[in-house]
Amino acid sequence: MNKRTLEENIFKILMMISISIVVGSLIIIVALVIINGGPALTLGLLTQTSSGEFYLGSGGGGILNAILGSLLLALPATGLACVIGIAIALYLQKDFTHSWVAGFIRFSLDILWGIPSIIYGVFCFLIMIYLGMSASVLVGIIALTLLEIPIITRYMDESIKLVPIGLKEGAYSLGSTKFETAVKVVPRQALPGILAGILLGLGRGIGDAASILFTAGFTNRIPSSLLDSTAALPTMIFQLSTSSLPIVRQKASATALVLLLIVFTISILSRALSKRYMKYVIK
Amino acid sequence: MNRRKLRDFLGTKLMLVVTVAISLLFFSIFFLLLFKSLFIFEQHSLAEILFSSSWNPGFNQFGLYPIIVGTVLVTGIALIIAVPISILSAVYIAEYAPKKIRKVVRPFIDVLAGVPSVVYGLCALLFLVPLIKDVIAPWFGIETTGYCILTASITLAIMVFPIIISLCVESFHAIPLSLREASLSVGATKWETVKKVIFRASAPSIISAVFLGFGRAFGETIAVNMVVGGITRTPSTIFSPGQTLASLIVSAYSDMMSSPLYESALMMVALILFIVVLLFNIFGIFILRRAKKRWNF
Repeated sequence: MNKRTLEENIFKILMMISISIVVGSLIIIVALVIINGGPALTLGLLTQTSSGEFYLGSGGGGILNAILGSLLLALPATGLACVIGIAIALYLQKDFTHSWVAGFIRFSLDILWGIPSIIYGVFCFLIMIYLGMSASVLVGIIALTLLEIPIITRYMDESIKLVPIGLKEGAYSLGSTKFETAVKVVPRQALPGILAGILLGLGRGIGDAASILFTAGFTNRIPSSLLDSTAALPTMIFQLSTSSLPIVRQKASATALVLLLIVFTISILSRALSKRYMKYVIK
Repeated sequence: MNRRKLRDFLGTKLMLVVTVAISLLFFSIFFLLLFKSLFIFEQHSLAEILFSSSWNPGFNQFGLYPIIVGTVLVTGIALIIAVPISILSAVYIAEYAPKKIRKVVRPFIDVLAGVPSVVYGLCALLFLVPLIKDVIAPWFGIETTGYCILTASITLAIMVFPIIISLCVESFHAIPLSLREASLSVGATKWETVKKVIFRASAPSIISAVFLGFGRAFGETIAVNMVVGGITRTPSTIFSPGQTLASLIVSAYSDMMSSPLYESALMMVALILFIVVLLFNIFGIFILRRAKKRWNF
């Protein structure tokens, strides 16, 4: 074997090792969560709210308040981000905005996408203090909305960009206004991409802890109004995992298992829905 | 003006308002953080804050040096681990893997990207911390609790994999086939083609992938906070506990409101985080955009 084939083979082996590390780390993560959390994942855990003893490991309590809290935070946030996102994405079309202005806004959205979520958390925290509010569902929703807007908008924008100009011209030639075309014709054609964006945003929002840690607070009760503080799955995992008791860590893993199941369901749903709504797309 | 025209006018203006508001979000975050951190600059100079090594808010000392060193170490080591592994994986996926394997591996990477950071932190806590405490550190004859710089770096490296891999694979695919064929036809081996043609043609994209990965690692908060140790002393080895900028904000937020100076110091930490991530992202996105134009992807 000469030097050149030797080099080829060495790097082939290195590539195999690298890809095994990448795939292996995901397998280890999923296996760890299932093995540690599986036994602790009981019906009681899912249907009871947490209490003081819950964090000390002596039996009782569950994570119902965190599950509901997560949904109460992430679903409205995704809804809001979706409305704002679609407005921006539609406005970035050439029909409304000069392409250099659109380019600048896309650039700033890309940058906002990369901003660490803790910054959104701190930003909303400062505004919250300024307004004299305390940590609550409402502030948590706002923090998550800000976090999700760049993701959802950029996804929608990429798929709206691909809408054929002929389709829009068809609508204009029938006498529809720019706004009517943008609201009624374009979204249908771009639907698969729009849905993928929304679900990606939802998945990101439901899993993020840093932005809601100060803004949504933490409590053992199910929130009864928008101004109540609430627990959420990520903050619950964070809270539970700082304990040194093995039994409490098991509960953290069980909570992580619930969160992973939700996130994976969202991502499978996203693929399935995108495929389903492809049928409205005129090629 | 009839109703349809009115709706068109109002709808369009509403969209404009929303778009302008979001473009301003970025500036409002910057100016709010800047405004809040001005207070600490009235009492301490920038040089003192950046280079003094005693962080002791109770005694009015706000030296960020140990935390900056911790952040640079954690992020740097994470990238040293992540970059070669990610690039080699990307080469394998884009150039070597048979279609069947590629179809299996791609979703794996997408799923890895979707795992919430707190779950990464938990798994590091359950697996990496004991591993480093009981196996790896004794190899080097060092005693550690396992909550250290290295644990945080490995956790971050795994979180950065999907970002660098997917950007690299995308850019490798965009290199025209004719470039590869030209190289192969003059007798280069596949690896030589990768090394001398693919890497060179997609160098800007690889650099931007690394920059964007850096941005992610630098700002990651929760997972790092769970395993880094949270001690604001300058770390002496990679097995010592440390603290990073983002993780400090989480650790300190409960007593943040105790004094306005402390609050201002933390806002300055957030500002530094914001500016550094911003610079790397701007640079990364800028290079990536030019590469996309060059190769049309």
